[in-house]
Amino acid sequence: MTSPPSDAHRAATVAFDHATKRYPGTNTARSGAVQDLSLEVPAGKICVLVGPSGCGKTTSLKMVNRLIEPTSGRILIDGQDVASREVTDLRRSIGYVIQQVGLFPHQTIGENVATVPRLLGWEPDRRRTRSDELLTLVGLDAATYRDRYPAQLSGGERQRVGVARALAGDPPVMLMDEPFGAVDPIVRERLQNEFLRLQADLAKTILFVTHDIDEAIKMGDLVAVMEVGGKLAQFGTPEEILANPASDFVARFVGVDRGLKRLSLSRVGDLDLLPAITARPGDDAAEPRRRIMANPLEYLLMIDEANRPIGWIGQRQVPSGGALSVLMASAMSPLLDRRTTLKDALAMLIDAEVQVGIVVDDHGALEGLVTADEITAFRRRGAEGSGT
Amino acid sequence: MARPGGHPLVAGTGDVMAVLTSTIAWFLDPAHWTGVDGVPSRTGEHVILSVLAVVIASAIALPAGLVVGHADRGERIATAVAGIGRAVPSYALLILFVPFFGLGFSSALPALVLLAIPPILVNTVTGIRDVDADTVEAGRGMGMTGREVLMDVEVPAALPVIIVGLRTSAVQVVATTTLAALVAGGGLGRYIVDGFARQQDDRIVAGAFLVAVLAIVTERFFTWIQRQLEGRPGTLRLDVPIAPSPFGGRVAD
Repeated sequence: MTSPPSDAHRAATVAFDHATKRYPGTNTARSGAVQDLSLEVPAGKICVLVGPSGCGKTTSLKMVNRLIEPTSGRILIDGQDVASREVTDLRRSIGYVIQQVGLFPHQTIGENVATVPRLLGWEPDRRRTRSDELLTLVGLDAATYRDRYPAQLSGGERQRVGVARALAGDPPVMLMDEPFGAVDPIVRERLQNEFLRLQADLAKTILFVTHDIDEAIKMGDLVAVMEVGGKLAQFGTPEEILANPASDFVARFVGVDRGLKRLSLSRVGDLDLLPAITARPGDDAAEPRRRIMANPLEYLLMIDEANRPIGWIGQRQVPSGGALSVLMASAMSPLLDRRTTLKDALAMLIDAEVQVGIVVDDHGALEGLVTADEITAFRRRGAEGSGT
Repeated sequence: MARPGGHPLVAGTGDVMAVLTSTIAWFLDPAHWTGVDGVPSRTGEHVILSVLAVVIASAIALPAGLVVGHADRGERIATAVAGIGRAVPSYALLILFVPFFGLGFSSALPALVLLAIPPILVNTVTGIRDVDADTVEAGRGMGMTGREVLMDVEVPAALPVIIVGLRTSAVQVVATTTLAALVAGGGLGRYIVDGFARQQDDRIVAGAFLVAVLAIVTERFFTWIQRQLEGRPGTLRLDVPIAPSPFGGRVAD
């Protein structure tokens, strides 16, 4: 991934203002209907629309680029009603990614990516430069891929091309309808991570549809949970929705493991790390022994010259005098870093059957300790915090 | 015009060798290669009549098929029209126009045009309608006008199916143009009609042979065009599964 194009820092707010879509037959619970949807997505944020099938999430998305026209209500981009814009102009200013990608089979990857620039009337040279730049941006080598055809690509590669194509006109707003839904879980995870990294630079306003609550929590700055009949059940940050589901429906939809899910939103770096009592091989045992006796942790952490953890020495194994030796260190704890999510950290502690994890920096040097108790306490504090 | 072995075909004696030798002799006779009734002239008439019929039919059926396929409406009317066209025998069509346009080329042409329309129309409608819905939606979602979606997305994707329609139509027309001789329309059918009238086996068989060759050449020509299109990797889509297989995804990193 290279740095994004310089003109990329453009985004717009997207607001639904009492948007309603009814289908003839007047059955309000009909699949795809949307009922009085009002919400605002701030510029540069990812808002995930999530819900079971038929909840109207895709309909809501398509009302933004007018592939579907609302029965009543408005959709505003930067305060301007989309209905007042010429429809092809509007769509050329909105990136659009769908699950099956929909690449044009008879065009090369380069031509596919340059679709919107071509519609906007750019010169061929500029189009080529732009499409090479975007292929590189989504992690595809331009020289290798630009002259290939969609049929020659894997599912994951096609999804990347789909994202590149949607970015080509540098749209302030992107609509993504289950963009990573058609690839296997391993590729999906990688595409999600890469997209989040990309978005950190691009800062587009993104509406993202999925039926997968885990994807919603991972990708969304904001999450809109919708229920069948097209009603907005809850709109808030992933943290708020997990901590305080607004209804039984939301609670059921986010799942019984929502406590664990919340832990995946926070990272080890969010905790106050506990200090460790440390000593190096060759140190005299007396002083560390005195300190360890006064400490509730009951373990001494042996570290090397570069502050890298070697292992624990139990309180009773610390001799009352003489030099400490590497051989005294027995047990070890999982090594975490500040970017590890609390969910992963807890899982690693449970796996290793220990209470304490050791946090190290990028060079492997000790930063501090994390305990399982502290992780669960953090979760409890968060719940109370957002409850008030 | 004395031929050894008399007229086995017309007389029903089944002397195949005799017919064959006399037909070869017919082809070797320089007199049959010149003048209005010569092979080049009759072949020319046949080709011109066929090409005109297919071109005019295309001018009608292609735009109609594109519009119907793109709008995804009126397909029933289109198939009904095509069905009627197919149900009416070509012979009846030819005769039908004689009272209006008189004997000759002018009656043969409209009949052949009507015959040529159904395969082109049906294949164009089906081809356009069957273009992957996601691809079309992606095009619309990116801000293509209806016309851009049709010309940049639907037509290129449907082209192989449309070419098949043209091929079917052209081969049918080349075969049926033979009947044009019945209404004094000229073409290679003359040899057959005249051959029966004059009881000349060699002439009948030569005519039939020439029509067969022309039909095969026509078929090969359109197949060649199709091959050229399939040579482009972009149309590989036709035989490559679109959905990625689970865990089969190669990801460049």
